[in-house]
Order: sequence, then C-alpha cells, then structure tokens
Amino acid sequence: MIEKNLNQIFQARIDSEEKIEARDWMPEKYRQTLIRQISQHAHSEVVGMLPEGNWITRAPSLRRKVALLAKVQDEAGHGLYLYSAAETLGAKRSDLIQQLLDGTAKYSSIFNYPTLSWADIGAIGWLVDGAAIMNQVMLCRTSYGPYARAMVRICKEESFHQRQGYEIMIALSKGSEEQKAMAQDALNRWWWPSLMMFGPNDAESKHTAQSMAWKIKRKTNDELRQAFVDATVPQAEYLGLTIPDADLKWNEERGHYDFGPIDWDEFWQVVKGYGQCNKERIAARRKAEEEGEWVREAALAYAEKQRIKKENQKTKVA
Amino acid sequence: MDNNWPLWEVFIRSKKGLSHKHVGSLHAADADMAIENARDVYTRRMEGESIWVVESKDIVASNPSQQEELYDPAKDKIYRHPTFYDIPDEIGHM
Repeated sequence: MIEKNLNQIFQARIDSEEKIEARDWMPEKYRQTLIRQISQHAHSEVVGMLPEGNWITRAPSLRRKVALLAKVQDEAGHGLYLYSAAETLGAKRSDLIQQLLDGTAKYSSIFNYPTLSWADIGAIGWLVDGAAIMNQVMLCRTSYGPYARAMVRICKEESFHQRQGYEIMIALSKGSEEQKAMAQDALNRWWWPSLMMFGPNDAESKHTAQSMAWKIKRKTNDELRQAFVDATVPQAEYLGLTIPDADLKWNEERGHYDFGPIDWDEFWQVVKGYGQCNKERIAARRKAEEEGEWVREAALAYAEKQRIKKENQKTKVA
Repeated sequence: MDNNWPLWEVFIRSKKGLSHKHVGSLHAADADMAIENARDVYTRRMEGESIWVVESKDIVASNPSQQEELYDPAKDKIYRHPTFYDIPDEIGHM
C-alpha cells in the first residue's frame, strides 16, 4: 500500500515534468533501467574510441589529425560523465566495467563495424554522431537530473564531432574520382548500421512503453530514426552521394522520407556478438583493463603513502 | 579550545533540473545548522529549492599561481569548437 502510494507520487512528479534527483525515492525498476541505459551509453562512448583511434596515426593532414584526436578525447570524457551519472544511482564503476568485459552489458552495435578507409572517419562523424545527436538531444530532457545534465554537456561538445565528419565528406566528395568513390563506399557501408543505432521498431521494442511513461525517453526509436533520415537525406544530396536505399523517396503526404526495410537479422547478429569486430573490441577493452591494473594500484598505494606521511608530520608537530 | 564555528560553503539549486551553484559561505556549529542558516541567509527571495553545504576545509582548490600552465593549453585548440569547421550555409544547423 505504501509502495503503491510512493509509485503514484513518483509518477505524478514525472508527469508534472519535475526532475528526479539522486536522493529522491524512485521505483527500483526506474533505477535499474537508468543504470542499464546510462552504463551502456557510457560503454558506447568508450568502445566508440576504438574504430576512430584506428585512424589517428594515419590522418591525411595535421588539421584532420588534431580534430580526430580532440574528438576521441571528447568521447573518453563523455564516457566519464556517464559512468559518474550511473554512479549517482548507487552503481559501482568496477561492476559496470566488468559487465562490459564479460558481455552482460551491451554497447552500441555500430562500433562492431570496421573502419576500412579514411572516408569512414568522415562517415562516422556525419552519420554515427549525427544519429547519436538525435538521441542525445532528446535525452537532455530525460527525467533523471544527473543524466539530463550530463547530456546537455555532451550535446554541446558533440556538435563539432558531426561538423568535422561532414567537412571530411565534403572534401572527399568534391575531390578526385577515387576520393569521391571512397566517400560513396563509406556511405554505403555506414548508412544501414546508422539507422539500426536507434534500435528495434517500436512494435518490437520491449523497453519503450515504460521508458516513455517515465520520460526517460521522449521519442520512440522510429520517431528518432525518421527525424534522422529527414535531416540526413538533403546532406547526402549536397555531397552528390547516393544513399544506398532504392526505396528512399519523399512522401508529400506524410511530410517525411519513406525508406526501405532494415535488415534486423544483421542487427541481432551483431548485438549477439557475431559482428565483424565484436571480439576485437572486447579484447581491446580487456587488454586496457588488465594493463591499467598496476596504475590503479600504484595510485592508491601512493595516496596511502601521502596520507601516512601527513599524519606523521602532524604527530611530530604535536 | 577554539570557539569559532567552522566555515561552510553553500550551494543552491535555483530551479528543479539545474545543478547546484556556489552562492557563498557562512558559519555554523554543525551540518544541520549550516543547512538551516543557508536557508535563512541564501533563500530569502526564492533563490532556490535545494541546498548543499560542504565544510570549507573539505574543498580542494586548484592553485591560482598555476593559471597559465593549467588553462593556456586550451587557448590554441580552436579545433575543439564547432565553428572551426566549414559547413556551407545551405546545410543549415549542424
């Protein structure tokens, strides 16, 4: 009975657009949903550094190299903001990371695709960050305060990510025939996985209804996907590139672009671990975790040593 | 015995959903009194809806004499800003 009342009060707060803060009462399922979503978002930021990091040393100019370095550095920061937001809900960072490493937590399946050419860096900034921004702009208004505030910060930083990607795409598509072909090839490979980033169709999405009721999400997967397609098609036209979808056309009546069916078998294959780079990505994260172990230990040992030193100085003075 | 009450730093959330911002300091004998005093001193005109207090001695601050070495390196990294990238006007907001 009391639990029921608390639930009703909670829902009323959500309905009146109040933000929920770390110490407020919340249903256990709300807490768990947020921990899952925020930590998987954090994992995506961190794993997302790997495909792009692949090209830092081979960037075609210093301008491109500093931009890519700055972008990858931002992604690390975004991971940090998000892990910290999850920790405000009582999650432990080491548990969250362990879930990533043992495969019980997912990350965005887009990062299981390889970056085969420099044009992929352009396509990722333009499409993958573009898709992420659609989702993240919505999350700036999510009902959990610390998550919403982290997203505001992330969105501010994210704008340059998409612009640097699109700038690369402009340079390639206005370049030589070979460069234009590289840009088209990258678009061909990244288009459909980018549409999959928004997740299953609404009818298939098991978390959507509750997440919408709790205002964790404000738009459904299909709404966000449509908004992304509508925003991106004119950008591809400007580049003179062709989106690899024969069914793509403007629907006057709906006021939106229609687009072809998504290969959900491929999506689920990648989610379940059978994408091209799943093993490589997790292996890289495990290696980083193992090789960083002594650094974390050393930092704690050093801090302890400093503490003892200070204490000894105090007793001497006394 | 030192009879001075300790100094506390006060942070106020001005509006639901925003983060707490530092507004000032005050004296109080303990944490509860610090919250009460902060409420009396810093929210008389509806300045906020949530208060945090932290004992001033627990705040760790960066060293003001390190201004240049800490913050100058960001100055010439203009490529961290969206305006560094040339996006044609017809593309609109990106």
